[in-house]
Amino acid sequence: MERSWPVEGATRVPYWVYQDEEIYREEQRRIFHGPTWNYLCLEAELAEPGSFLTTFLGDMPLVVTRDAKGALHAFENRCAHRGALICMQARGRAERFSCIYHNWTYDHAGNLTNVAFRKGIAGKGGMPADAHPESQAPKKLRVEAIHGLVFGTLSAETPPLVQYIGPEILPRMQRVMVKPLKVLGTYTQVLPNNWKLYMDNVKDTYHASLLHVFFTRFRINRLTQKGGVFVSADGGHHCTYTEMIEDRGDAYEAGGMRSAGGAHDFRLEAPELLEQVDELGDNVSIQILSLFPGFVLHQIRNSLAARQVVPKGIDRTELNWTLFGFVDDDEAMLRRRLLQANLVGPAGYISMEDGAATGFVQRGVAASPDRASVIEMGGAHIGSGDSRVTETAVRGLWKAWRGYMQI
Amino acid sequence: MEGLARLHADLKTDVTLRLAVEELHARYAHALDNDELEHWPEFFTAKGRYRITTAENEARGLPLAVLYAEGQAMLRDRVASLRHANIYEPQRYRHMLSALLIEQENAHTVRSIANFVCLRIMENGETLLFASGRYVDRITLPELRYDERVVICDSRRFDTLLAIPL
Repeated sequence: MERSWPVEGATRVPYWVYQDEEIYREEQRRIFHGPTWNYLCLEAELAEPGSFLTTFLGDMPLVVTRDAKGALHAFENRCAHRGALICMQARGRAERFSCIYHNWTYDHAGNLTNVAFRKGIAGKGGMPADAHPESQAPKKLRVEAIHGLVFGTLSAETPPLVQYIGPEILPRMQRVMVKPLKVLGTYTQVLPNNWKLYMDNVKDTYHASLLHVFFTRFRINRLTQKGGVFVSADGGHHCTYTEMIEDRGDAYEAGGMRSAGGAHDFRLEAPELLEQVDELGDNVSIQILSLFPGFVLHQIRNSLAARQVVPKGIDRTELNWTLFGFVDDDEAMLRRRLLQANLVGPAGYISMEDGAATGFVQRGVAASPDRASVIEMGGAHIGSGDSRVTETAVRGLWKAWRGYMQI
Repeated sequence: MEGLARLHADLKTDVTLRLAVEELHARYAHALDNDELEHWPEFFTAKGRYRITTAENEARGLPLAVLYAEGQAMLRDRVASLRHANIYEPQRYRHMLSALLIEQENAHTVRSIANFVCLRIMENGETLLFASGRYVDRITLPELRYDERVVICDSRRFDTLLAIPL
């Protein structure tokens, strides 16, 4: 099978990137366990000292904790002894973590603190004095939290988080994360496709108003509305936004596009579902932000959420949604957020279609690893701009991916 | 016979009420499974609430729903969107209901809990155990409509998308 990148470069993505087991394994090593920051959870999910939750760094199971002094930690959920999971629960509070298999015990930083019967009983059995089971201790992550978002990395070479996010994207993150957060709930959408198909869907500013009738018909997000896209220097992170100003044009109608609604006069009987309060004070109705490799932060009207993208094999991805509001939300704002949650997630008026579209690509390209997708809207340019009729952020993803993968 | 007639005439009678609630749930399930989505809002009162959530969110006291509607107008919007806006592969559901419990709250309200399993059948025949869980309902009497229907899914995971309501 051909493994070289198409000669067109940035405007082509060969389909083997979504299909190859060896590529998948290399991604684990070079990207997820390499010099990248990976979203782990919200700080609000670990509010109490002693609290923990379990999640993933690529394929690696993790325990993320807040210790008694308030510091955040993350370590591999694998006992030094025989490799069993140390922590089985999804979340909770604990004094310590004991592996169920042989009761080896760990503290909140993932340090092995006790080996059961290490010195044997009555002088018999036990480990030799020079045994060093700590040599197989669970791997520890560097952990940094920014604006209530917790990230971890296995690599000592990953630059500090602020530097990693970079000056193009960081202000757009700060724009949303203005107050202490309150978790509203979570769920997981299981996508029948490679994780990168989801990420390039997120970064694809061109598709949103064409695939999602809901966006277009109700003028929530049209390419003719004012907006723009930011792309980080390495291409890996992006942010796109749309302003709230109503589009009165008819570019979609004149173009006969499906998403305009066609002959059917599609109106909401209860448009209050979409009523937005400009809580951030800058007239932005939608902002989608992504960090390489697998984090998405969205503001869709008053719906706010963090999405964690967890690869589960070449053709399966788990998308963990955590929707949140702010601690000081009043009842009206809470109701608004819960109603607008109908836009996102597996049953989301908008998001349900992303699950469908990316799965269609995985199935569509099954027999064509030798072919490539055409990503040429906006030419070969990779960078920020004020047009969203471009695939600049998608090309950015692949620029970053090829950098990490050395392909 | 006179006694039986009275039983049927009086919805307060446990057995009759139970049969009536069972039939409501069954008609609801058949409407969804038979792709009669347009009838779905009619199972609710004008202000009836419908919420699909997960056992995890319920246990943690978190208010987020996977799908949430306040009243028939929002339910009709959901149907209109599924029919005319949203893109999803052709699919059907098959609901199985069991373990019904009811408790009459007052002359106008009965509460109900029932287990469900829902299979999803794609056009190519692929059949998936799509969801299991509980319906936790508040039903108005004598109309027999859902004033509130909370669908508590056992799993936090949803395969690809949840288009048709549960």
